[in-house]
Formats: sequence, structure tokens, C-alpha cells
Amino acid sequence: MVFIVSVILWVVLGTVALIVLYVIVVFNSLIMLKNRVENAWSQIDVQLKRRYDLIPNLINTVKGYMKHEKGTLTELTKMRSQLISGPMSQKAKASDAVSNALKSLFAVAENYPKLQASENFKMLQEELSGTESKIAYARQFYNDNVMSLNNKIQQFPSSIIANMLKFPQKEFFKADQGERKAVKVEF
Amino acid sequence: MATLYEHISWNKRKSIFLIVIFFIIIGFLGYSFGIYFGDIFIGIGIAIVLSTIMTLIGLYSGDRMILSMSHAAEADRKKYPHLVNTVEGLAIAAGIPAPKIYVIDDSAINAFATGRDPKHASVTVTTGAIERLKRDELEGVLAHELSHIRNYDIRMMMLVVILVGIVALLSDMFLRSMFYGRGRRDSKGRGGAVLILIGLVFAILSPIIAQLIKLAVSRQREYLADADGALLCRNPDSLANALQKIKNDKEPLVEAANKATAHLFIENPLRTFGGKMNSFFATHPDINDRIKRLRNF
Repeated sequence: MVFIVSVILWVVLGTVALIVLYVIVVFNSLIMLKNRVENAWSQIDVQLKRRYDLIPNLINTVKGYMKHEKGTLTELTKMRSQLISGPMSQKAKASDAVSNALKSLFAVAENYPKLQASENFKMLQEELSGTESKIAYARQFYNDNVMSLNNKIQQFPSSIIANMLKFPQKEFFKADQGERKAVKVEF
Repeated sequence: MATLYEHISWNKRKSIFLIVIFFIIIGFLGYSFGIYFGDIFIGIGIAIVLSTIMTLIGLYSGDRMILSMSHAAEADRKKYPHLVNTVEGLAIAAGIPAPKIYVIDDSAINAFATGRDPKHASVTVTTGAIERLKRDELEGVLAHELSHIRNYDIRMMMLVVILVGIVALLSDMFLRSMFYGRGRRDSKGRGGAVLILIGLVFAILSPIIAQLIKLAVSRQREYLADADGALLCRNPDSLANALQKIKNDKEPLVEAANKATAHLFIENPLRTFGGKMNSFFATHPDINDRIKRLRNF
């Protein structure tokens, strides 16, 4: 009798210990994934800031050559300010808008041979398109990490622990499809 | 993502397994050495101590030796802005620190990555790759190289090269001292003679075994880096196109490459076209097969 009781006791204790251990493991991996997401987000932020800093230089360089495109440039300046402020979805939207505006700007610049020949412009164009692709890469990295975190939060059985500890899911870095259309740059 | 992190830890474990295998081979070499000279433990001891020191030196300065052997110069951001930006971007996507970037002045299209971990890594491309590949093709090639870095292939390949070198060196030392040296061959009698014979056979075979291990590891890593690279730049066709260009190239030889560094490159820089190379002795998988796999993604 005593023997059976002690066996049951040990089984219960063992199970509890295993559960505690499992909770710790899941908790730690959730923390790790969350930190990874936050680090990935800061990578996007760095690149958005970089682009924010480059745009005034571009505008100054281009201004002298592109007399007829004043409207475009003010539009670009306006959207630029949204790159580093507001919630993530707004930043994503502004980022896409700026990308489109820059694309059009560089397309229009083809009509200005003197501008094309300017060393300064060439350098800025290279830097901005480099930053552009870095934003895309940072975004890819961020969204990959968000997916891992959200999977962990949603999948059973780690979902139980995530819900208990109220781990929030992260949102993907993307602009709403409908809204993206609304910001259109006219040349 | 999960599978990727699994790949990395798998690779780290395999590196350890590889070191163990090589140290067993090295131990045996030391053992044969020891039999021949009369004391097994001194033989094994010398072999192990020597290899450990050489492995550590190789791990910490191997990348610099490889870079200088290949006549690679550090890439200037002003001169190659697109290259630098692409590497930095891919490093962000891969979640690793941006590696150092080097350029080899050679018209052939090729590239390699080396280092001991992602924090101490570098990618090198030929000027041929920069000038003759389209932007997205260069990106595919660089994505392949960055996958090598992220997956710790660079460390694995560095280790393999060092260990193959040590095995070759030890076996060479053994064979030389046997033919020219003044060993104590009198002490053992007939049993000793048989042991020495086994040692001799082992000394001759071990460099070949080591070489085959190196080639097998190298080929396997290439397929994985192709797949991971395609995932990284989200465009398998860009790497496939780049490989196609290398395949059709009339002068694919990188002058500064040699047998010791050939396995590092994205495609064998010493390859001669025409007859199909025996795949068992190749540093790289068949390029047609690699292109086919990428096209099927």
C-alpha cells in the first residue's frame, strides 16, 4: 500500500516537473522569437531612416535640373516625413509610396541627360536603390520572423502557454492593398 | 525558418563529427608512426598535439591566407556601390552581420565565401562576375555565398581543408622517414613487420580517404547553398542564369585559384570542359544538375 502511494506520488511529481520544464522551454523560445522579431524590425527602421536622410540630398541635386517637376518633389518631401513616424502600417504605406515616387522620379530623370551625367546624381541613385533593396530584404527577414513567432503562438500545444502568458502576435510589415492605390504620384 | 535553424545546428554538429573522424585518422597515423619508432604513445601524442595546433592556427588565420593566395583585394564602396549594397542587403535578409567584401581581378565569373563564423566571414567575387553578370544574377550568386556563411559551411570547409592538409603532411612525414630515416626496425620481429606494413598501407591510403571526405562534403554543401540562396533572394532563376553563364563561358578558369581553394568557389574554377569529370573526384556537383534543380523550384 505504502509502495503504491509512493509510486503515484512520484508519477505525479514527475509529471508536474515535466510540465514545468515544458512551460519554461516554450516560454524561452517565445521570448527568443519575440526578440528576433524586434531586432528584425529595427533593421527595417534603420533603412527607412537612411532613405529619409538621402531624399533631401536627392531633391537638392535634382531641383536645379528638373524645373517642370516641382510638384513631384514636394510630394516626395511630404511622404518622406511619414517614413519615420506613426505606427507600422503607416510606415509600410509611406515606404511603398516613396518607393513608387522614386521609381517614377528616376524614370523621368532619363529625359534629363545632364542630370544623368552628374556624378552626384549617379551616386544618389545607386545609394537609394541600394537602400530600396535593403528595405525589401529587411522586410523579408522581419516577415519571416513574424511568421515563426505567430506559428509558435498559434500552434498547439505551445498556443496554450502563449495564451496563458498573453503573448501578442506581431503584425506583418505590409501596406493594405486598397490603400496603396490611393497614394499615386502624378508626373 | 525552423528548418533553416535546424540546418545550422545540424551543420555545427556535423563539424564536430568530422573533426572526430579526422582525429581518429590522425591518431591512427600517429599510432603507425609510434610502432615504427618504438613508442606508440609518443607517436599518437605528437600527431594529436601537432594537429590541434595546426587546426587552431588554420581556423583563426586560414581566411586571410586564402584571400592573399587568391590575390583578393578589399572592395571599395565607391568603386562597387552596387556590390556592397547587395551584400549588405542579403546579409540583412539572412540575419547575419555584413561580411567583408573582396574582389579578385579576373575576367572569369566566380565567387567564394570563407571565414570561421558569420561574425568573421568574407565574400569574394571576381571582377568578371561584377562586370558580366546581370544585377539579379550577381544577387543570386551572392545569396548562394551568404547561405554558405549563415549555414556555417565556411567553418566546415575550412576545417576539412586544414585536416586534409594535416593528414597529407603526417602521412608524408611518415613515409619519408620510413624510406630515408633510421628507425628502430629491429625491436619487433615478424609481428612488428606486419604492423609496420599495415601502418605503411594506412599512411598511403589516408590522404586519399581524407580527400574523398572533403570532396563529398564540398559537393553536398553546394546543393544546400543553392537551395538556401534561392530562398534568400526569392529568385531561383537568377542563380540558375548565373550558373548557365558560367557554364557557357569560354574562359572559366580563375588564374589565382588552385587545388587548395577550388572547392570554395561557387563553381569549380579549375574545371576544364569537354569530357564529364568523374563525379566521385569532383569538388562540385554537375553544373547541369544544379541548374536543373534550381529551375524546378
